[in-house]
Amino acid sequence: MELVKVGMSGTMESSDINIIIGPSEAGVIEIDLQSSVEKQFGRQIRKVIEDVLKKHGVTSATVKAVDKGAIDYVIKARTEAALYRAADRTDYIWEE
Amino acid sequence: MPKLRRTMMFIPGNNPAMITDGHLYGSDSIMFDLEDATSLKEKDSARFLVYNALRTIDYGKTETVVRINGLDTPFGREDIKAMVKARVDVIRLPKTDTPEDVIEVDKIITEVEEANGIEVGTTKMMAAIESPLGIINAYKIATASKRLIAIALGAEDFVTNMKTNRSPEGVELIAARSQLLLAARAAGIYALDTVYSDVNNIEGFLEEVRLIKQMGFDGKSVIHPKQIGLVHKVYEPTEKEIRHAIRVVHGIKEAERKGSGVISVDGKMVDGPIVDRAYRVIELAKATGVLKDGDLIG
Amino acid sequence: MVKNGVGREIPEFIEGYGKVKPYVSPFNMVPTGNKGGAKLKRPLPHKTKLIESIEEAIKATGLKDGMTISFHHHFRNGDYIVNMVVDTIARLGIKDIRIAASSLTTCHAPLIDHIKNGVITRIETSGLRDPLGTAISQGILPRPVVIRSHGGRARAIESGELKIDVAFLGVPACDEYGNANGYSGKSACGSLGYAMVDAKYADQVVLITDNLVEYPCLPASINQTQVDYVVQVEAIGDPKGIVSGAIKGTKNPREILIAENAVKAILASGYFKEGFSYQTGAAGSSLAVTSILREHMIEQNIKGSFGLGGITSQLVQLLEEGLFKGLFDTQSFDLVAAESIGRNPNHFEIDASFYANPHNAGPAVNKLDIVMLGALEVDTEFNVNVITGSDGVISQASGGHSDTAAGAKMSVILAPLIRSRIPIVVDKVTTVVTPGETVDVLVTDYGIAVNPLRTDLIENFKKANLPLYTINELQQMAEKLTGKPDPIEFTDKIVGVVEYRDGTVIDVIRQAK
Repeated sequence: MELVKVGMSGTMESSDINIIIGPSEAGVIEIDLQSSVEKQFGRQIRKVIEDVLKKHGVTSATVKAVDKGAIDYVIKARTEAALYRAADRTDYIWEE
Repeated sequence: MPKLRRTMMFIPGNNPAMITDGHLYGSDSIMFDLEDATSLKEKDSARFLVYNALRTIDYGKTETVVRINGLDTPFGREDIKAMVKARVDVIRLPKTDTPEDVIEVDKIITEVEEANGIEVGTTKMMAAIESPLGIINAYKIATASKRLIAIALGAEDFVTNMKTNRSPEGVELIAARSQLLLAARAAGIYALDTVYSDVNNIEGFLEEVRLIKQMGFDGKSVIHPKQIGLVHKVYEPTEKEIRHAIRVVHGIKEAERKGSGVISVDGKMVDGPIVDRAYRVIELAKATGVLKDGDLIG
Repeated sequence: MVKNGVGREIPEFIEGYGKVKPYVSPFNMVPTGNKGGAKLKRPLPHKTKLIESIEEAIKATGLKDGMTISFHHHFRNGDYIVNMVVDTIARLGIKDIRIAASSLTTCHAPLIDHIKNGVITRIETSGLRDPLGTAISQGILPRPVVIRSHGGRARAIESGELKIDVAFLGVPACDEYGNANGYSGKSACGSLGYAMVDAKYADQVVLITDNLVEYPCLPASINQTQVDYVVQVEAIGDPKGIVSGAIKGTKNPREILIAENAVKAILASGYFKEGFSYQTGAAGSSLAVTSILREHMIEQNIKGSFGLGGITSQLVQLLEEGLFKGLFDTQSFDLVAAESIGRNPNHFEIDASFYANPHNAGPAVNKLDIVMLGALEVDTEFNVNVITGSDGVISQASGGHSDTAAGAKMSVILAPLIRSRIPIVVDKVTTVVTPGETVDVLVTDYGIAVNPLRTDLIENFKKANLPLYTINELQQMAEKLTGKPDPIEFTDKIVGVVEYRDGTVIDVIRQAK
């Protein structure tokens, strides 16, 4: 998936995560994470975001994430929504 | 045993906290709302959220319902695709005016089920009727698809169309509720009542619940956890009803054991409807905890 | 290192604390000896105790380097006393002071500077909050902070183990000879329960008031036989931070759900009967428990004997409706409770020793049937942490948690299963404050777990069809949603020592990385 603009999803509410994904020339996925549970879950949050991006073939992107204690499915959903927005595409893939 | 649908709690489709634990409050069904409670700009975000929740969270015995956007919007078709694949129990169609509305959604669900090796018919449907035209067509709507398990009244749009507004007594809804009930009963599916939006008016809410229960509704849509227990309390059978129901069920078992076709309880003959009602009473009693599994024995 | 009764590795000697008595079990420690006490005095007749300023009072007490001063926390986050006194001590050039406060909170941030400049070198308290708690967790204090429960502090003072040289006690109403109470004046806080212990046992007592009344100020919670000096100041606290009007019931559906589950547990426990006794906190769920329980008391015509602890308007209502015979109040949580102490004879002010000291002849917690408590973490052995956050930083308070858990017939922990992605049930709590042996029930929004030691309760709850799980099942339910948290990293440096109520060491707190 090619990123063409900045895409955002999620709110600043408790149990949510706000994710902003933008195109990057750096050739890596750069994640700037702010989280209330950084010490215990920072590693896991970054992994979920990276996994979603890689699954869609994205290897270069900037990600800004502000986390308020979201659990994995929320992080995944917000990353997917932000990603499709950043790629300006609506050909969603729903898995069984 | 008949499934209970006393309460269906509305949960905004873009609210992670409530989507994660909405089932803890004990409603029989939870309805994630992609339609009115989700803003136009967040339709895709909410869809991703509910889709991932359904695939992740164990909602236990709580029935999951998703209110999709209408097929006349750019979102409806995608909503169906995502939710069927996420294995939602029930898709709720808003603003159903004609049987064709139901048939069209049924067709898309069937396509998605077939394309993904899901047994056709797995995904159930519920139609919300929110207009005079829909009420006029209620029976045709209720019989438009085998997937339909319930029709529900959406009163806010309805009263506006009727050029009136909602009152505490609900006189403006008498015709719609009656017609919807008749249609549901004739079609053999559930009838669900509309929401009561003043969450702080407990007495008014209770009055409305007592009314719709007596009319024959199976349950009510709720918008706040605190309304759930109130509905369940109203639907809780009396001790007398429970005792009678237990005797009926024992009577059936006794008759079965003896191989006798005729059942009588307290000297009165018991037939089909009484048996059905007895099972429903027992289910309702168990659901609020006034009757425990062990109580049926002996 | 020795392994104590909750399986924690504790050094036998801690630098800056001394020799360690490791925790064994809740009632293992049998004390010897007699109570300590204040110095004998010879006041001459017809002399006033009024003194011009805090500075003059400090000078009059002869406070010196290395001494111990004490404070109470009845003014909560509105307290001016601690900062006023310590600022003055610093100005006088006195150093190496030990602060023994019943608790410290957010408004005591200025102590950080006084630690840095050497005025304060030791702190003993029930609790600490950000930013002071964070700073101490980072290691700024030369000696470890000593965390004691309310009962543990009263015990340490009464036994003479914690010797207070000068107690500086803010009082909302006071006469010039040292009779004082807490329920009148603009800074009313209600019960002076924590301060009453200091007044009895400190070598010297200075009362500080913003409401000097005509002699005699009666009834007196602290009296003239205990007090050396009285200082009048502009304000002893910010009334807005001292107490709220009436604490309002929660509207948070999750807190109400937890409360409803807790009430189901109470009703099924076998302890909900005529003459039961009850304590609860002022957090959302606990308050909701009281109001739901009230409905059941009325419906089933059950009257309780006494309500204990931090008293709220809810409990005052139950007293005034005749649903409880009396209230034992060591701390008033809102203005309604504060005023009720002055008005209702059966709303009885008690000191922290009466409340919870395990080594007097009969603390109130020993008569308690049911207590509702909170938790930051509970482990699968039912040990509870109420002091360090999940990031390992000291941020809360020991309070009466371990005291009431030990005393009550049924101690119930109320907590959401998940708090901002942090599961409440963990393998090992970051810090043990209350030993699992004294914790009976965990009530969450997802279900209830009972300590396997309590087979009687398990039986009763099963009969009542409660949503019962093992604590390991609750942990798995939480981790299925959250994943397993990465462990917090600490250095080897000990920044805090957590004493159990009997003075043994139940855990240590290490410097957060």
